[in-house]
Amino acid sequence: MTTSWPIALTVNGRSRTLEVLAHHTLLEVLRADLALTGTKECCLVGECGACTVLVDGESVDSCLMLAVEADGAAVTTVEGLADGDRLRPLQRSFLASGAAQCGFCIPGQLVSAEALLALTPHPTKAEVEEGLAGNLCRCAGYEQIIEAVLAAAAAELPT
Amino acid sequence: MRPFAYARPTNLADTVALLAADGPEARLLAGGTDLIIRLRDGSIRPRIVVDVKRIGELDGEIRQGDGTLTIGALTTMTAIAADERIRRDFTALAEGAAVVGAVQIRNRATLAGNISNASPAADTAPSLLVYGARVVVAGSAGPRRIAIDDWFVRSGVTALARDELVTAVELPIPAGRRGAVHVRRTRRRGHDLASVTLACAVHPDGVTRLAYGSLGPRPVLVGDDSGLLADGGASDHAKADLLDRLFADASPSPRSMRASPDYRLAMLRVLGLRAVRAAVGRLADVERAG
Repeated sequence: MTTSWPIALTVNGRSRTLEVLAHHTLLEVLRADLALTGTKECCLVGECGACTVLVDGESVDSCLMLAVEADGAAVTTVEGLADGDRLRPLQRSFLASGAAQCGFCIPGQLVSAEALLALTPHPTKAEVEEGLAGNLCRCAGYEQIIEAVLAAAAAELPT
Repeated sequence: MRPFAYARPTNLADTVALLAADGPEARLLAGGTDLIIRLRDGSIRPRIVVDVKRIGELDGEIRQGDGTLTIGALTTMTAIAADERIRRDFTALAEGAAVVGAVQIRNRATLAGNISNASPAADTAPSLLVYGARVVVAGSAGPRRIAIDDWFVRSGVTALARDELVTAVELPIPAGRRGAVHVRRTRRRGHDLASVTLACAVHPDGVTRLAYGSLGPRPVLVGDDSGLLADGGASDHAKADLLDRLFADASPSPRSMRASPDYRLAMLRVLGLRAVRAAVGRLADVERAG
């Protein structure tokens, strides 16, 4: 039994193998070991959603998951949403709606919205509110964020 | 986070052996949505964390057979809330699972973890109590089944022995339909822990079961066999009086930040009556639908 574990996972489509300490969270490894600092550290108790990433397509709080638990998984962070320099329609919709104020929560909001739209391509406003209930915005930009998700869903732009 | 050893056993025998060897120094990890918070804040300091997600005998499946619906230990809240059989026959459990945390939490949190963590505010506990669930565990002494009402001891403490882990939760499938609901009170809409969490099931024979949590060291099951609560024609006044007697053991902690004891007790009465009304209405709906 050791506290250091070799793991192999896919991050934003790229295979990665690395050694992680058992007590390091997926959030710490993404930010510190893989330099993917788009995923934000904030409350560390699973309430704010700033650290939201997709693990095998499902949104999770990466602060509440050990990195070793992601062994074998496919992880998508906010950096994995855009195609190179080309933003996704959802991201463009956030820009068009002025959904980002300070911007700190936006990576998590985008990843949660991405997961929501994958399951529910045409959500109601209530479904967007529920889908993003785990993502807090301290600028209180909720109206614009919800508007951006609804607009992206309505536009049905090709990804 | 303070360092700890990590183990990822692939079968139950190895897991039980690990637990037997490390005893109180070991902690089980399923979804981690409670455990990792406590590892980080230092309120628990295990030598070893035992991840149960790669145990071959465990899964996240929901199976029906022999008059029982069996929920595998790795089943998440998201899966429970979406399962058609649970939504139909165990509506209050589906509703309780659907309000645990937010999407990110429900995608990781398991039913087995929720009851093993044994928070008095656990939103799946009241429905499991009204439905008479059984917890299936494995351990050195072999498998055993524990009635859910014997499972909860006090906050953070269950009937589980140190060398045991939950392998499944079983729900007896009822012969007939019933009306059931889960309701709760939180400080705000969206993601919050419950100040009151409550489930109610009304049976066609007039029996009503209610269970409430977040009002004492463990969730509490009560019942009315008189038929009064199930009687759609009986007055709310008479039902409220009976509920007051049924809720006499509620003892909310004065130390909790979420709500004062007086507020919780007041809301328990309101939610109790509301839940009875909703459950009676739902039973009438299913009976009308035939």
